[in-house]
Amino acid sequence: MEIATEIEVRDTGFHDFKATMSMLLRNKHGEESLRDMRNQTLEVDNDGNKTLVVFDEPRDVKGTALLSFSHKAGDDDQWLYLPALKRVKRIASRNKSGPFMGSEFAYEDISSQEVEKYNYKFIDEGGHEGIPSFILERYPVDPNSGYTRQQVWVDKERYIPLKIDYYDRKNSPLKTLVFRDYQQYLDQYWRADEMYMENHQTGKSTLLTWKQYGFRSGLTDGDFNKNSLKRAR
Amino acid sequence: MKVWRWVLLLIPGLLSAGEWSGFVEMQGRFFPQQALDSDQSGQLVSVVLQPEYYQRWDKDKQSLLFIPLFRWDSEDDERTHGDISELIWTYAGDGWETRAGIGKVFWGVTEALHLVDVINQTDLVENPDGEQKLGQPMIKLSLEQAWGILDLYALPGFRERTYPGETGRLRTHPRVETDQATYQSDREERHIDLALRWSHFIGDWDIGLAHFNGTNRDPLLMPDLNDRGEVILIPFYEQMHQTSLDLQATKGDWLWKMELLHRSLDSGSFNAATGGFEYTLVGIADSDMDLGLLGEYLYDDRGDDASTPFENDLFIGLRLTANDVEGSELLAGVIKDLDNDGWMFNLEASRRIGNDWKTSAQIRLWSDIPVDDPLYIFHRDDYLEFTLTRFF
Repeated sequence: MEIATEIEVRDTGFHDFKATMSMLLRNKHGEESLRDMRNQTLEVDNDGNKTLVVFDEPRDVKGTALLSFSHKAGDDDQWLYLPALKRVKRIASRNKSGPFMGSEFAYEDISSQEVEKYNYKFIDEGGHEGIPSFILERYPVDPNSGYTRQQVWVDKERYIPLKIDYYDRKNSPLKTLVFRDYQQYLDQYWRADEMYMENHQTGKSTLLTWKQYGFRSGLTDGDFNKNSLKRAR
Repeated sequence: MKVWRWVLLLIPGLLSAGEWSGFVEMQGRFFPQQALDSDQSGQLVSVVLQPEYYQRWDKDKQSLLFIPLFRWDSEDDERTHGDISELIWTYAGDGWETRAGIGKVFWGVTEALHLVDVINQTDLVENPDGEQKLGQPMIKLSLEQAWGILDLYALPGFRERTYPGETGRLRTHPRVETDQATYQSDREERHIDLALRWSHFIGDWDIGLAHFNGTNRDPLLMPDLNDRGEVILIPFYEQMHQTSLDLQATKGDWLWKMELLHRSLDSGSFNAATGGFEYTLVGIADSDMDLGLLGEYLYDDRGDDASTPFENDLFIGLRLTANDVEGSELLAGVIKDLDNDGWMFNLEASRRIGNDWKTSAQIRLWSDIPVDDPLYIFHRDDYLEFTLTRFF
């Protein structure tokens, strides 16, 4: 719990950031498929972040945008903008465990990671690729989570996650997420350039690459409403 | 002079390069039944080109969107046409936004019928389901505040509803002669319509409250004779006031939706409502698939005199979302008239191929429609549609 709190404390105060996200989806036959999107995130005091994601690829969903107000407890608020119909739809956000855009990431894997979303247990000290780590187990509070538990390797020095093992509802090993190439922004905030998710049950994988990080880019609440969702593109 | 000042402000933006995207689509429709009129065709092939130009400048505060549309149709001259779907300039201020040009706006929450959605005219040439809309000339001011979003619209220039031509299917019998449309207002299609809408969300609730004053988008169709002595229908566009409410409650896996309106016209005032639910079963049968169950009731207090076929009807539908790499989706539904035996069936399925292609299929059936029902005109127009789309 102290470790999880320290992770959050060290990552507080960034205010906002913009970044591009690209996902390379690969199935067990090696067939690949690409997802490109842009992310804007605004930190909210004492609550989860506000996030706006706009899709660029695949082309049929270009301009589709997702606005999320994440909360420490309870369901997030989510609106989806469909550009062909000009329609903003409030969507049921309880579906956290389903694949995000057909990828191996579930919405709950990439949404705002608040301390309150899990219960924690310290397991051991160890290492991941030679980096001394704390090994924690965390249990999702939300009954709609797709996981019974997650085992997290946390860098002892920088307090950032290095690897997460996900266990499905039957407590079988499901996925492993590895964080690679951490960069430090504003001399404080660590962000991984790459997040590699591998599904052990299906043999599929997704490589999520973050680029063009821009912290404190001047985003405000006004950039996260239903009108800005329609403007986003 | 003022106009020129605006144009000068736009120029620096127009000089820097924007981006082109869009799609080309091939469509085939097959009608298994013999049409009511022998002039009408049994199948069609059609191609759409819809490029899209988008550009932003001034630190993304200003943007321009241009979407022309061109369709070629093998059978129907009215379907072979070009139009400006959108040509709109946007300025996003701090806590406000303004738009000017030809634009599209969607209001509402329900699925089977979009009752309160009133800004844009329906394009029945593009699609008989009424989901396709024509670009509407508009000047819009939006205030984005803590108390919600207030949109103010001035709509100069009315767009008449489009109808399939003489040789096309899915048309009225007798056919509509759009060239002879008449208006209640002396200003005809130059009448400036006004609208305002307040929308907000409070916790799980999304609410929209709107008023519209101007030309009714739904014409009355008046029988008449043309020069050749044939019976035709002439659209008559009345002036109207419409007040509407749309409401959605998002409660876990349940969405509860409702749209209500009151419309007052010289030919008679009425109330209409539609509402229901969408319930999503997440990850059915241990898979990644979601199954949505939809139910909506459609009501219009004009009863059998209503210009809409949906005056006391029930919609039941299924939405299957595969959540796969191809984004496969299937939506099937039935609308049953509760006053008679009539029902209609609709199925839409789509799937992506690679990054740039998409295929879709649609089936529409009308069955046991009584002669006095507005949907009777479609009773021999059941069809299958296939489309292949290439995005660029």
